[in-house]
Amino acid sequence: MRETIAVLVENRFGVLARVVDLFSTRGFNIDSLNVAETMDPAVSRMTIVVQGDEAVLEQVRKQLSKLVDTTKVIRFFEGDHVEREMLLAKVSTQKRGRPELMEIARLCRADIVDVGETFLTLGFMGAKDEIARLLELLKPFQILEIARTGPAALGRGK
Amino acid sequence: MKPRSGAKVIIESFVQEAVDAVFGIPGGAVIDIFDELNKSPVNFYLTRHEQGAAHAADGYARATGKVGVCIATSGPGATNLVTGLATANMDSVPVVALTGQVPTSMIGNDAFQEAYTSGITRSITKHNYLVKDVNDLPRILKEAFLIAATGRPGPVAIDIPKDVQQALTSVPYPKEIEIRGYKPTVKGHLRQIRQVADAIKKAKKPVILAGGGVIASGAHKELHELATRARIPVTTTLMGLGTFPETDPLALKMLGMHGTAYANYAMVEADLIISVGARFDDRITGKLSEFAVNADIVHIDIDPTSIGKSVPVDIPVVGDARAVLRELLKILEPPRTAAWLKKIAKWKKEQPLAYKDDDALRPQYVIEQVCALTKGDAVITTEVGQNQMWAAQFYTYTKPRTFLSSGGLGTMGYGLPAAIGAQAGLPGATVVDIAGDGSIQMNIQELATACLNDLPVKVMILNNGYLGMVRQWQELFYAENYSFTCLRRGKDCPEDCDHSFENCPKRAIPDFVKLAEAYGAVGIRVTKKKDVVPAIKKALATKKPVIVDFIVEREENVYPMVPSGGSLKHMMGGMA
Repeated sequence: MRETIAVLVENRFGVLARVVDLFSTRGFNIDSLNVAETMDPAVSRMTIVVQGDEAVLEQVRKQLSKLVDTTKVIRFFEGDHVEREMLLAKVSTQKRGRPELMEIARLCRADIVDVGETFLTLGFMGAKDEIARLLELLKPFQILEIARTGPAALGRGK
Repeated sequence: MKPRSGAKVIIESFVQEAVDAVFGIPGGAVIDIFDELNKSPVNFYLTRHEQGAAHAADGYARATGKVGVCIATSGPGATNLVTGLATANMDSVPVVALTGQVPTSMIGNDAFQEAYTSGITRSITKHNYLVKDVNDLPRILKEAFLIAATGRPGPVAIDIPKDVQQALTSVPYPKEIEIRGYKPTVKGHLRQIRQVADAIKKAKKPVILAGGGVIASGAHKELHELATRARIPVTTTLMGLGTFPETDPLALKMLGMHGTAYANYAMVEADLIISVGARFDDRITGKLSEFAVNADIVHIDIDPTSIGKSVPVDIPVVGDARAVLRELLKILEPPRTAAWLKKIAKWKKEQPLAYKDDDALRPQYVIEQVCALTKGDAVITTEVGQNQMWAAQFYTYTKPRTFLSSGGLGTMGYGLPAAIGAQAGLPGATVVDIAGDGSIQMNIQELATACLNDLPVKVMILNNGYLGMVRQWQELFYAENYSFTCLRRGKDCPEDCDHSFENCPKRAIPDFVKLAEAYGAVGIRVTKKKDVVPAIKKALATKKPVIVDFIVEREENVYPMVPSGGSLKHMMGGMA
């Protein structure tokens, strides 16, 4: 099972290390983790995607809550939240040509954020499945390098 | 407020938090703290190794219920504390450890005596800090004492760079403090507690499983009332020894790997297990898939991560043991347990803890005599291994905070420094370290601390010349291949030692009697059963630290035993 968890933590020295340490100490599998300041500069928000069976996921949530620097752990369920991830992909234009790649970018609403003689770098924000689909479409062009942020998540409604 | 140095703030925190004993060793990065400590009313005990300081602070905390404090310098001082902090962490002991650090401007430069202490101690403490600004120090110290002592207690480490100790601050030491992310649940959920009461009322074969959490929360009186009013037998974990008087007919003593047969049988047959402040460690559950298959499990624990971690729980109650039991007692309706107690009484009679009581000098006999001659009223510390299990089995515990032992981490070398800490906290108490000849050598240097500070601890070495517990496993599970567990083996031994002891060299290294004398303690050697009682009497009557070196049966094993990963149903040995 895969689960997305948001964690609000004190924005202090060593807190990120503490959270990451928890995962390795306890042997939890982490898919992705991102962290940045919230509107309150004293608080950071982490979005963590973890894998495991229900017992493991329950331990992950409890262990995160137990950290002194954690103020809130938010568990997301299917359909109750939105998730967006950013992808940067450097794609070769030598195999199938620049126009075709630009056409894919246009159709998929990806930005062209860098242009080189033999490549284009696309920037794209979307849900996990949209990113997967775009990467499938880009594969035939030869993907030179990618960077992904891992998803950030917010609950729906109020 | 008048500005004062970080070092002064540290001493201020000791006074404010009523710390009356501190253990440690000075060094370059903590001289400022010691400079102030010397001018304060706080009792300081200079240990001979930082590990000894950490265990002494731990022993002090376990024996008194107060927070134990230790201080070490940067680098090696801090890394030497590590085993002690990990020990306290596994057993939920409130300790505050202060370490010096190189000046902030030098951090990360591989400076002299620099180690990444906050990184090293992160996973073996309840919480830790690196203080980068002296203005944060008063708050951090206040938080550290609060976090160490409340909720599920544990060690907190504070790494303080030398320049932060010297810098001035006018921030006062806080009287109260609120930590946004730290709110332990003390009161149990009433609906859950009602469910517990219902389950108890319907139970036919209930068992109470009491752990170290009962001691931490001071819930032993409530536990006693629950057990005696509801007529439910009580078994304890190693950490729970002393939570329920073993002299009571309802007591099943310790369960698990080396627990009593009757405690383990009771767990196997129980239809309701009420766990209070225990965490279902692998040493008590044995094979998980066969653990308590007939029982509903109630789990009362202040730490939500303990609940459901290894054993599926039917009725979880998050809360402080004492607070939860108090609520439970208000609505308790006793079940009918007469038939169940009769069955247990039969097991007790048929399979008591036993050993071969012949003319040989056996370790179990020594512990029974220590118990008899101290009237069960001593504070017992242990090392780790066979000595620890025999101390758990053959001393009769009746009060909390009288059995101090490294349960979770299993730290050899714990017993002597822990005894020193306990004696420092309880000057009038009889403190006895039950030791093995292997373990005692891991922190023997602390004998100097005991002698120089008039801490008259008694060390009973059950000397079998082996790393005995490992030897036992080698005998039982490794085809008697006794590799590197004989402590008397030397170059002059036959290469193919057959462990018949006929060819054993006549020497003892070290000679514990001479060693005791070298430190200024009293040393007594006992080689015959008839000399055991006089030797213990003499040790107890001596106002100095004493080592009694009991040369015991070399191949005595700890029984009963549930092999690691086995089911509690299948125990080995234990009959006289």
